Amino acid sequence: MDIYLPIAELSVDVIVLLGLGAVVGVLSGIFGVGGGFLLTPLLIFIGIPPAVAVASSANQLVGASVSGVIAHWRRGNVDFHMGAVLLVGGFLGSGFGVWLFALLRRVGQVELVVTVSYVVLLGILGSIMLVESTRAIIRQRRPGGARRKLHQHMWIHGLPLKMRFRRSKLYISAIVPVGLGFLVGILSAIMGVGGGFVMVPAMIYMLDMPTAVVPGTSLLQIIFVAANVTVLQAVGNGTVDAVLALILLVGGVIGAQLGTRFGARLRGEQLRALLALLVLAVAVKLARDLGVRPIDLYSVVMAGSA
Amino acid sequence: MSGRGLRAALLLAGLAWALAPGAARAQALVADLTSHLVAITTGFTGTSVVLFGATDGAGDVIVTVRGPDRDMSVRRKSKVAQIWVNTREVTFAQAPSFYSMASSRPLDQIAPQAMRQLQQIGLDNLRLNTAGAVSPEETAEFREAFLRNQVRAGLYVPAVGQVTFLGSRLFRTTISFPRNVPTGTYRVEVLLVRDKAVATGQTVPLVISEIGLDAEVHDFADRYALLYGLIAVLLAVVAGWLASLPFRHS
Repeated sequence: MDIYLPIAELSVDVIVLLGLGAVVGVLSGIFGVGGGFLLTPLLIFIGIPPAVAVASSANQLVGASVSGVIAHWRRGNVDFHMGAVLLVGGFLGSGFGVWLFALLRRVGQVELVVTVSYVVLLGILGSIMLVESTRAIIRQRRPGGARRKLHQHMWIHGLPLKMRFRRSKLYISAIVPVGLGFLVGILSAIMGVGGGFVMVPAMIYMLDMPTAVVPGTSLLQIIFVAANVTVLQAVGNGTVDAVLALILLVGGVIGAQLGTRFGARLRGEQLRALLALLVLAVAVKLARDLGVRPIDLYSVVMAGSA
Repeated sequence: MSGRGLRAALLLAGLAWALAPGAARAQALVADLTSHLVAITTGFTGTSVVLFGATDGAGDVIVTVRGPDRDMSVRRKSKVAQIWVNTREVTFAQAPSFYSMASSRPLDQIAPQAMRQLQQIGLDNLRLNTAGAVSPEETAEFREAFLRNQVRAGLYVPAVGQVTFLGSRLFRTTISFPRNVPTGTYRVEVLLVRDKAVATGQTVPLVISEIGLDAEVHDFADRYALLYGLIAVLLAVVAGWLASLPFRHS
C-alpha cells in the first residue's frame, strides 16, 4: 500500500516505512540507543531526499525520546539539572547546525556532507563497537581481566565556572556539558540524529556521570534539541515531513517492545558485535556509493532548493 | 457539470462563428480544452487532456504546451579525491517546467527553421537564458545536460504528438502529463500555419494543481512554516507519550 508523503513529494510503501521504524525500534529496545544514526541512511537508501530524511528523522526522534524519558523518569534516572545545562549548548549548536545546513543546501553540497559525515561517524562507531564487543567475548572465555580506574583526573577538571550536579554527584565546570551539548546539537541538525551514540559515551567517560542516569538524561536533552531542529528545519528549509515521521514512530513503538523482549533473552556481547557489523555495513555501502560514477554527471534542481 | 456544459455551448457558438462564411477573417482559429483544471490527488498516475478546435479553412496546426517558468539549476559532478562531488552549477532563468508539442504534419514540411526558432517549437528551439555570465561552450554543455535530464524525467517530451484533422476544419490532439507533472498555470499555444507562416494563434490556459489532504499539508507547511514545525513536534510528543502508556506497569 503506497502513501504519498507531502513534503518528500513521493509515494512510498507504508509497510516498508513501518518496517524501517520497527527495525530501528528493535535496535533501540535492545541496545538503548536512539537509532537515528541508522534511520537517516536507511531512509536515504529507499529514495527519500537526504534533506527531508534528516529533518524528518529529527521529528521522529522527538517522539521516540519522549517515550524513552518517561520510562527512565519513572525509575528516577534523569538528572534534570544536567539536562538543562546540556540543553543550553544544544540549542546553540542546533541553531548553528541548521544555519550551516541551509548554507550547504544553497551551494549544493548538503547531500555530500550528510553522506560523508555518516561514513566517518558510522565507520568510527562501528569499529569501536566491534573491537569492544570482540574483546568482551574473548574476556568472557578467559575470566579475570584488568579493571578500569574508577575516577580519572583529566584537563577538563581544571576549567572554571564549576557547578554542582546533585543527582549525578558531580562538581564540574559548566563549559564541558555546554560544549558537549553544542557538538551534539550540530550533529542533530546536519545528520538528523539525536547524538545519543556520541552523548552517552561522552557522559560516561568525559563527565564521569553515574551510568544509571546517563540514558535518561541524554534522552531528555535530545527531546529538546530534536524539537528545536524540527522547528528550525521547517522554517529554514521546509524539509520536515510530519507524515513520514509519524509512520516511523508507529513502527518504532512496535519495534521497541519487541526489542526489549528479545534483548532480555539474547547475549549482550554477541548482539553488540552484530550491531557493529550492521553499522559498518551501512558505512561501507554509503562510502561505496560516493565513489561510484553517477549515471548522469549532471543533475537538475529548482534553483534555491536541494 | 454546468461549467462544462456552458463551455461546450460557448465552444459550439465559437465553432459556428468561425465556420460562418462571413466571419471567417475575424476568427480564423478557435480551440479549447476538455478541461481547464487538472487535479492531482493521492495516487495520481498522470493524465491527459484533449484539445480541440476549428479553423476557417485549410492550414496546419501546431500546438505547444509550456509548464510554468521556473529558475532551474544544473549541477555537474566531478571526481575529487575518489568521490563524486557537485563542482559546477549553471542556472537557467525562467525555463519552462514542462514542454511538449504536437503538429498536424511533420514540422519540416510546414514550418521553416526561422519560424520554429521564433515560436520556440521543438526542444532545440527552446530559449534558455543562463543567469549570470557563462561561456558559450559551457552554456551549450549545460543546455544539453538540462534537456537530457528533463527528457529522462518525462518533463520535456521530445516526440512530436499528432494533431488530427477531422475533415478539413475540425482538429483535435491529446496532451499527456506524467505523474510528476509540476503544478501551476500552463500555456497551451495553438498556431495556425499557412504557406510556411503563422496565420494566427491562440493561447489556452490550463491549471494543474494538487488537491486533497497531501496538498493541504504541503500548502500549510509552506505558508505557516513555524506553526507547521510546532505541530509536527507536538504530534511527535503526543505519539511518544501514548507509546509509553501501555507499559507503565511493566
